[in-house]
Amino acid sequence: MTSEPILSVRDLGVAFPDRGGWKSVVRNVSFDIAPCETVAIVGESGSGKSVTSLALMRLLQEGASRTEGTAIMGGRDLLTIPEREMRDVRGNEIAMIFQEPMTSLNPVFTIGRQISEVLIRHRGMDKAAARAETVRTLEKVRIPNAAARFHAYPHEFSGGMRQRVMIAMALASRPKLLIADEPTTALDVTIQGEILDLIKTLQDEEGMSVLFITHDMGVVAEIADRTLVMFRGEVVEEGPTGTIFQSGKQPYTRALLASVPRLGSMNGEAAPRRFSVVDAASGIAAEGRPLSSAIGPAGSPILSVRNLTTRFPIRSGFFSRQTGAIHAVENVSFDLRAGETLAIVGESGCGKSTTGRSVIRLVEPTAGTIQLDGYDVRALPPADLRRMRLSAQMIFQDPYASLNPRMSVGETVAEPFLAHQLGTKAAARAMTADLLARVGLGAEAMDRYPHEFSGGQRQRIAIARALSLKPKVIVADEAVSALDVSIKVQVCNLLLDLQEEMGLAYLFISHDMAVVERMSHRVAVMYLGEIVEIGPREAIFENPQHAYTRKLMAAVPILDPTRRQMKRLTNTDELKSPYRPIGYQAPKRNYIEVSPGHLVQCD
Amino acid sequence: MTSYIAKRLLVAIPTLLIVSVFVFLLQKLLPGDPILALAGEERDPATIEFLRAKYHLNDPIVWQYIYWFRDLLHGDLGISLRTNQPVTELIAEKLPVTIQLAVLAMIIAMGIGIPAGILAAVRKNSALDVAANLVALSGLSVPNFWLGIMLILLVSVNLGWLPASGYAPLFSDPVRALETMIMPAFVLSTPLAATLMRHTRSAMLGALKADYVRTARAKGLSPRVVVLEHGFRNALLPIVTLSALLFGDLLAGAVLTEQIFTIPGFGKLIVDAVFNRDYAVVQGVVLCTAVGFILMNLLADVLYVLLNPRMRAAL
Repeated sequence: MTSEPILSVRDLGVAFPDRGGWKSVVRNVSFDIAPCETVAIVGESGSGKSVTSLALMRLLQEGASRTEGTAIMGGRDLLTIPEREMRDVRGNEIAMIFQEPMTSLNPVFTIGRQISEVLIRHRGMDKAAARAETVRTLEKVRIPNAAARFHAYPHEFSGGMRQRVMIAMALASRPKLLIADEPTTALDVTIQGEILDLIKTLQDEEGMSVLFITHDMGVVAEIADRTLVMFRGEVVEEGPTGTIFQSGKQPYTRALLASVPRLGSMNGEAAPRRFSVVDAASGIAAEGRPLSSAIGPAGSPILSVRNLTTRFPIRSGFFSRQTGAIHAVENVSFDLRAGETLAIVGESGCGKSTTGRSVIRLVEPTAGTIQLDGYDVRALPPADLRRMRLSAQMIFQDPYASLNPRMSVGETVAEPFLAHQLGTKAAARAMTADLLARVGLGAEAMDRYPHEFSGGQRQRIAIARALSLKPKVIVADEAVSALDVSIKVQVCNLLLDLQEEMGLAYLFISHDMAVVERMSHRVAVMYLGEIVEIGPREAIFENPQHAYTRKLMAAVPILDPTRRQMKRLTNTDELKSPYRPIGYQAPKRNYIEVSPGHLVQCD
Repeated sequence: MTSYIAKRLLVAIPTLLIVSVFVFLLQKLLPGDPILALAGEERDPATIEFLRAKYHLNDPIVWQYIYWFRDLLHGDLGISLRTNQPVTELIAEKLPVTIQLAVLAMIIAMGIGIPAGILAAVRKNSALDVAANLVALSGLSVPNFWLGIMLILLVSVNLGWLPASGYAPLFSDPVRALETMIMPAFVLSTPLAATLMRHTRSAMLGALKADYVRTARAKGLSPRVVVLEHGFRNALLPIVTLSALLFGDLLAGAVLTEQIFTIPGFGKLIVDAVFNRDYAVVQGVVLCTAVGFILMNLLADVLYVLLNPRMRAAL
């Protein structure tokens, strides 16, 4: 691409105020974007990639940030033109879509109004013309029944559909450049594929350039022509995406690439295997050890779930009668043995988290039996329920929200031990020091508070807390999903180390197929509250039988820019809902055994 | 929506019943025998007995309540001991005065508090924000009666701009009505304006930090549209709810203000009734105020749902 770049950024720097001075968060960032080109900026949290995009749009708070450098577009420097002129650039020449489609749309206005607004503002249309154009734009982003949905509010759309609305809003004024800041990160993997396809298709149709901000190398491989790798505020490597992937020179680039879990890397192996650990200084990867084969499915189950059903009643009408129910979990059965990891995979709303919570009665199941370490969980009176929880503990997704900010790390880890009166304060302190050492934190962490730790360290603290009762089963609900790739890999390896040492059984709830492939002995695939396929990991990954399992696998981005799966079927179905009217009889499901232990639901 | 309102009204009924029981018991708890007062100087036992029977005072208390409640449903709240007027008539005469005062105070409070709150949020930590907060704090901490007296001294006595007291009905003499009402309404509105300003400020700060405001800015909209439409329309939800609830407080606050400006309203009615042991009037006023509070709560709930598309959808 030799034509004149549409945006040319030179020596961009951004600083935020910090203890009376200024702390530089982005330094010396320079790049060009050619017409119709897609440039990706990739990096982990704190690398400055999002700040870079906000600085270009001048959306950082004035006074609370300092920007230097130039960003030339159409002969003007976007960083110095008056604010009034900049407003004609925003949403017009450069449009932006954000990570959180749930919160990025205004909840009190209809989507039609929010899109029309752009047309009225930038293209001088009157209301009627803007309305007609809005419907056309909604059709362009493949929103079914666009005209009827003009008056719908954001909450009436699923996450993927909202991101389509955001894209429609961005495209309404036919921008020359679209900045997409982690647009698929909050979406399910199948939806992610659809949105990426949509962006690529629309880019061809409209002839616009795209600046794609992401932490996900898989997404980069799918979409970018050129890639910038950012690390701690600086661009460490830049080049065509293919070159970056095949022969990235910088150790950090190689480390980043090596730590991304790859689907299919475990073919032919039965036991879980630790992730390769990459030395960030040298970029040399050390292949992870497989889990000792002494650990794994053996003996009688420690957790046995039969026909578990959890429904949430929906009430409506004048007398708040129950009119139906969300069938979150429907007729789910599985076993988990000591030292075994059973992964439950599926997309948001499939009931995997509710299953995990039902098993230890954090939510009350509607029917079924649960045998956990000799307890009949559903029949337990409150006192025994507390005792049962000695056997099973939970780790949650958000390491920021799940630790009490007012409790020191020592108090947090010791609390369950003391609450169950398992020993003296001195014993609790000794145990806490031991646990913190095991999860890779020093004993000096005890007197510090959660905000002093990074996300990965906090998740280690949460793990130490879960271990303080010496549980036999740990329910890990998306425990590594919110972490950066390099941290994710470390925490996964820690979980495997602990499993080997202590013979823990994990119920590993995740939407991330590549992580599940490394971590688990067995896998259950859930869809709309039901298990559609369950079996040994090898069997599920190498011989998936159910159509939904295959769809899930196909949607995982492949880390190879030369093997782009262009044009998946652009499926615009709204997410199916597990809502059922009252009196609904769940159909009897039949399972066939494809190979030993590998069961598939057949309709 | 109608079903929602009907449901909320139904829920209000038990609350109203409980209020009526307390109001009824109020009369029983107070010292003194109203029959003795009615019977006059001679205290003729036959007259007393006749009056006791007439007012069902010999029946069990539950029956007394039922008779009282039956009369209440017929709009009969009894007779004022002092003026011999029916209580309902007294209330019908005085209530519009106070409502007029409260509505004007509400308008002033919203007119000052909401824009000040928005400005303070937009210019967070600026001199303007600090000043607005200082004024709000003094609005809350300066007692109404003091402010009222000072205003009368300054505006009426020294400057002679507005009358110090009096009242005129709004519809027959609007100019005079405004002249007499504006000062008491302002005095009444100060704590409310301060509260509204503080709440508007924090609601706006929350809204301005939201992702959808960033989206609105990224669309190239002007700051006015970003703040007043995208931001304020979201901040409006808690403000409206709060305003409806505070309106009830206004009725209560009116007691003092009406005394200072000698306005013949509800507040004056209750103060006079209490001093004269005119229990029927006290009962009537308390009941009326309670109903007003409940209605305002209902209004707050309904407005909240009307303004919030998500709640509307859930109905």
